[in-house]
Amino acid sequence: MSAAATLSVRNLSIMFGGVHAVEDVSFDVNPGEIFAIIGPNGAGKSTIFNLISRLYEPSNGSIHYGEHDLLKLPAHKIVKTGIARTFQNIELFEQATVLQNLLVGRHSHSSGNPLTDFAFLPGVKRSELEHRRKVEDIIDLLEIAQYRDERISDLSYGARKNVELARALCAEPSLLLLDEPASGLNNEETDDVGFWLEDIKHDLGVTLVMVEHDMNLVGSIADRVMAINDGRLITIGTPEEVRENAEVQQAYLGVSP
Amino acid sequence: MQVLFKTRYEDDIHFLAKTGEKIRVGLVVLLLIAAPLFLQNYYLAELGLMLVYAIAGIGLMILTGHTGQVSFGHAAFLAIGAYCHSILISHGVPFSVSVVLTVTLSGVIGMLLGRSASKMHGFYLAIATLAFLILVETFLGEWEAVTGGHAGFKVPALKLFGIPLKAMWQQYYLDLFFVFVVVLGAANLFRTPTGRSFLAVRDSELSARSLGVSVEWVKIQSFGVSAAITGLAGVLLAHHLSYLSPEVFGVLESLKLMLMIVVGGLGSILGAIFGAILISLLPIAISFLRDVLPPAVGQQAGLEPLLFGLIIVVFIVFEPQGIYGRWMKIRFFFETFPYYRKSSFVRQKSYLKTERMR
Ligand SMILES: Nc1ncnc2c1ncn2[C@@H]1O[C@H](COP(=O)(O)OP(=O)(O)O)[C@@H](O)[C@H]1O
Ligand SMILES: [Mg+2]
Repeated sequence: MSAAATLSVRNLSIMFGGVHAVEDVSFDVNPGEIFAIIGPNGAGKSTIFNLISRLYEPSNGSIHYGEHDLLKLPAHKIVKTGIARTFQNIELFEQATVLQNLLVGRHSHSSGNPLTDFAFLPGVKRSELEHRRKVEDIIDLLEIAQYRDERISDLSYGARKNVELARALCAEPSLLLLDEPASGLNNEETDDVGFWLEDIKHDLGVTLVMVEHDMNLVGSIADRVMAINDGRLITIGTPEEVRENAEVQQAYLGVSP
Repeated sequence: MQVLFKTRYEDDIHFLAKTGEKIRVGLVVLLLIAAPLFLQNYYLAELGLMLVYAIAGIGLMILTGHTGQVSFGHAAFLAIGAYCHSILISHGVPFSVSVVLTVTLSGVIGMLLGRSASKMHGFYLAIATLAFLILVETFLGEWEAVTGGHAGFKVPALKLFGIPLKAMWQQYYLDLFFVFVVVLGAANLFRTPTGRSFLAVRDSELSARSLGVSVEWVKIQSFGVSAAITGLAGVLLAHHLSYLSPEVFGVLESLKLMLMIVVGGLGSILGAIFGAILISLLPIAISFLRDVLPPAVGQQAGLEPLLFGLIIVVFIVFEPQGIYGRWMKIRFFFETFPYYRKSSFVRQKSYLKTERMR
């Protein structure tokens, strides 16, 4: 596991067709904390994630993770710095099995080469078994053993959510970006997710940044919360402070100040 | 359905987990090895040709079925393989050296094509690969000094380590040997990171990227591996054709390869083999059709491509998982008899996203 580091975002901005989706947003995420991002739909939360994972190019600002200047890296090198993520609309490999999905999660730790893989040299087999062992640990942690050989397209929504979280963990990240980990889940499933996230934080020492609408979940596990609206930062504070903030309440009620 | 108790991760890494599967595959392998004992030369040649097409099918399957990159230009790699090899051995290069050089050249050209195609999707990729095919075909026709142009190129007799292989069974075993190599290699590919990164790019480029897969590099690799394997098929094909001419490797040949993998079942190695069987039977069906159809229709030159196109469409609409998918259903039927229900293979849509949103 890569060493925990601070994620610092400074003056981050991006425009889509003349509209600022994210405008001048700055924040730090400290090693080992659970940091929640809240805001109404279209506030720019997922866009911030897409900027950090380099799927979008910012028009301004900087993103550093520890000593890494993320804006100098292409999207596929981000996971090497220790950052893994999930997607709001679940991006699994639909026609592959759960096991195959999780093994792709190990990609950043494998040195594949078509020729050695084609020949399945002894070294390849050894590292395959090693990956498999790591994957099985995550399968146990998230209790998805019963789906191991199922195709993703045969899984229920809740199971997919777990598998996507598991796949991100297979990359052995030090920082995990979770885009609405509890959306679409029932109360019981949401509670499970809450427990797992705390386990991931405490046992695996992973820093968590999550976009979440469920304020109960946010209130019970987040150390700090950042509220944004229309791409701009409103406030950062403890869950209570943010809940009490007048501007946050207005943003959610849709009343202009 | 059989329940498998796996006690070691090693069990999962083996591609033939079920005993029944091992027996079935073992039987087919035995039959293929014994074929020269009971097949006459004509049928042995047909079977050898089928094996060659199975190799080409696996080549295209890796690119289209497993990486999701369509190519209507794959006959070009058959051509590159056939011509390069024939030209090399006609200059006295030994067979074994020529195979290595030819497969490498084909793979490198595939990588270059993959590099320029890595930013293209769907329709544009189809057109680009088709353009590549036309380019190669034209080039082979024009470069008369080396390729013999449209007059054709005589393929030198097959010789291995200096020993002439004149008998059909000798050539057949050569084909069979390479089928084993390619099937084994392709199966290996998909139980290792390289193959899984191909599947990842096929299903979601976005999350492939976020897990550290370089999508461009995967496409280059997949084009390269696919072209190398198809080039190998070209090498073997040359010895079956004994006379090469650019027209043999045209759009129709590409369409034939595409037909093979669509009909066989996209996304499985076995599908490519089923497709090859079908393709070998197709000429018989076509000559039969020519006889029974009224001459005005039956003698039309376009009957073959029309039929190819028609079969592709029918399969995409009615049996998108191809013969392989049908085979899985039949097997499942027998394994679970008498409990099979038609709905066993209907995709379980156990949720609708909008329903779950609160
Ligand atoms: N790829 C894109 N192209 C154009 N507009 C986009 C794109 N991605 C996001 N946006 C816009 O940016 C704004 C913020 O979106 P998003 O970050 O998804 O919001 P949310 O906070 O609900 O996650 C929205 O107005 C959305 O339409
Ligand atoms: Mg969002």
